[in-house]
Amino acid sequence: MSETISMPKLGFDMAEGTLVRWVKNEGENVNKGDVLAEIETDKATVEVESSASGVVRKLLVEEGSVVPVGDPIAVVGSADEKIEETPTKVTEPKAEKKTDESKGEELKTESEEERSKKETPKAEATAPAAQAQPAVAPVAQAAASVQEGSVKASPLAKKIARDNKVDLARLQGTGPGGRVVRKDVEAALSSGQSSVVSRQPAGLPSSVVAATREDETIQLTRLRQAIARRMTESTTSVPHFYVTHEYKMDALMAMRKQINEYLGEDEKVSVNDFIIKAVALTLREFPNLNASFAGDKVIRHGAVNVGVAVAVEGGLLTVVNRNTDQQPLRAISSEVKRMVAGAREGKVKPDDIQGSTFSISNMGMFDVENFAAIINPPEAGILAVGSARQVPVVENGEVKVGWRMKVTISVDHRVSDGAEAAQFLQKLAEFLENPVRMLV
Amino acid sequence: MAKITMREAISQALMEEMDRDPAVFILGEEVGVWGGTYAVTKGFYDKYGPDRIMDTPIAENAIIGAAIGAAMVGQRPIAELMTINFAFSAMDYIVNQAPKLHYMFGGQFQVPMVIRAVGGGGRQLGATHSQTPDAIFAHFPGLKVVSPGTPEDAKGLLKTSIRSNDPVLFIEHATMYQVRGEVPDEEYLIPIGKSKVQREGKDATVVTYSKGLELSLKAADELAREGIEVEVVDLRTLRPLDMEPVLESFRKTNRAVLVEEGWKSYGVGSEVASRIYEEAFDYVDAPIIRVAQKEVPLPYNRTLEQAALPQVPDIVAAVKEVLK
Repeated sequence: MSETISMPKLGFDMAEGTLVRWVKNEGENVNKGDVLAEIETDKATVEVESSASGVVRKLLVEEGSVVPVGDPIAVVGSADEKIEETPTKVTEPKAEKKTDESKGEELKTESEEERSKKETPKAEATAPAAQAQPAVAPVAQAAASVQEGSVKASPLAKKIARDNKVDLARLQGTGPGGRVVRKDVEAALSSGQSSVVSRQPAGLPSSVVAATREDETIQLTRLRQAIARRMTESTTSVPHFYVTHEYKMDALMAMRKQINEYLGEDEKVSVNDFIIKAVALTLREFPNLNASFAGDKVIRHGAVNVGVAVAVEGGLLTVVNRNTDQQPLRAISSEVKRMVAGAREGKVKPDDIQGSTFSISNMGMFDVENFAAIINPPEAGILAVGSARQVPVVENGEVKVGWRMKVTISVDHRVSDGAEAAQFLQKLAEFLENPVRMLV
Repeated sequence: MAKITMREAISQALMEEMDRDPAVFILGEEVGVWGGTYAVTKGFYDKYGPDRIMDTPIAENAIIGAAIGAAMVGQRPIAELMTINFAFSAMDYIVNQAPKLHYMFGGQFQVPMVIRAVGGGGRQLGATHSQTPDAIFAHFPGLKVVSPGTPEDAKGLLKTSIRSNDPVLFIEHATMYQVRGEVPDEEYLIPIGKSKVQREGKDATVVTYSKGLELSLKAADELAREGIEVEVVDLRTLRPLDMEPVLESFRKTNRAVLVEEGWKSYGVGSEVASRIYEEAFDYVDAPIIRVAQKEVPLPYNRTLEQAALPQVPDIVAAVKEVLK
């Protein structure tokens, strides 16, 4: 039985995705779970896995096509199986329903001609175009795997992007009608270079005497646009309130140190891993904060899936750890590490970024005392975590040195109220201040 | 280098070649006693006499037919058409006989003939006497079509045309005889089929020829005042068309405006644009724009005539458009 693979929905507001690259070509073997293609959404480039094992019989869309969610993109079946006519909902014009036999013939001839035309420039002078096997076409296209198909860009912009491996879809065109032109690609290239330069140890600013700089207009990337849209939507439609709490972190810091003594360099657990686990356990007891507002209802999610905000180039993504409340600390730690690395490389799996029920934004590494985060709809809350720092504290009338950390919870007021949020933070203290409770 | 007019440059070329080669002779309407409608052959009749400067009846097919016959038997005739609009009366000879005789007769005959023709509008000569049908003639393999935009090029190219063993249609623009330019004092030849960068720039490429060159250089001056540096490439020869300087320039600027005086449809600009798309597709950063004559028979009324012809502001606007 052949199985049709469709454009997955990789986020609640995703309507379509760009098929950037086929990883498997027609005729290749594929196992369930193998990466079939790379798809780009507003948020990121993600890998689509095959939901079936067998042979890739048909790739239904070309690289670069924008495909609505749910539309078929490929057919996986057995090698000798007869594949049905292409599934009905296909975006390509080629797949128009044949009205009669002769017209069908015409269509076929045309597309074969097109194919051989495409082949001709690449074929050796001695090789007649007619010999080009139909199967060659997708391969040839895969070789020139540039993510430019549906992007409006000048031929020159496309070439420069291709030569420099720039993803055109991430650029904003400044030409007429938003066309990406040479200077847009060059601007992206030079800004990329300058960011590389700026990451080097700073020393003194080189331009102590320098004159003022010119104004610069920076076009938003698609990721940035998505962030802009979502955050505006959140702050304008979700009534936020904020509650801040300070935690004694001495026990947790000591335990972390102790645990990490037994772990290798790339396995070490972070303060944030503890916080993720503690938040998940606390949410278990506060189902109303592990929820989504839905008009005249609140949906309390059965699973506790904790999202972790990750700073990536030009924006941020939320990677999702599933069933966090049921996972041991080290499992959470290694899973989040993997997803964060993927997000920073611009490659995450669909499951990595969808389905969170509550989020954590930790800026502890930036020496932040405290801050408030914007809720990531449709979640009902987000926890903003500051740095754990050594400060003078008063205990039993004496000033001592202690580890303290402030967190602020932002909550959707349509779902919950201050008292519940404060109780949540108190409950969280039971885990953060007595971390051994997380391990039993 | 002397600064002379286009008229003087053409006149010098004719005279130098007539002095050099006794096989060269001129025939046409009013070329002799009157000295040419545009006074290009003034004084020739007295110098060379009626055997080499032949006034003809008003019969263009006879002029070109006679020239072809003379060329086939070893003479080097220069046939003058008072305006290129009259070429239509001799169309069979120009596009169907002269360019094909060498081919049809297996190389037994050559047709070393030059047809000098005056083209272009802007002198209120009405719709039938003001046309720029250059592209029509450039369509036919076998006929070389030359149309210079400076006195230096006119002289060098005309001398080469006279020495060519193939028929050459040499198109002069009716409003450019008074254009002045520096011309080398010593003898020189300019090869047919070589385009030339007449002004260097980096922001956009303007491809043009003949009257279009004059307009484009003025437009380039205006644009330079706004900080826009256009490179102006002069085709000089429409067939064979030398695209190399055009492509080289385009690969640098990635944007092009094509300027011609003829109508836009099926024109020289269409050909150049296609060649750029075919041969430099990966360098295209904006759609190429053609500036050409409005698609109407050219009006007699001066204001309307000027409105229908391409003008400097049209070129300036087109350059700004491709730079968007």
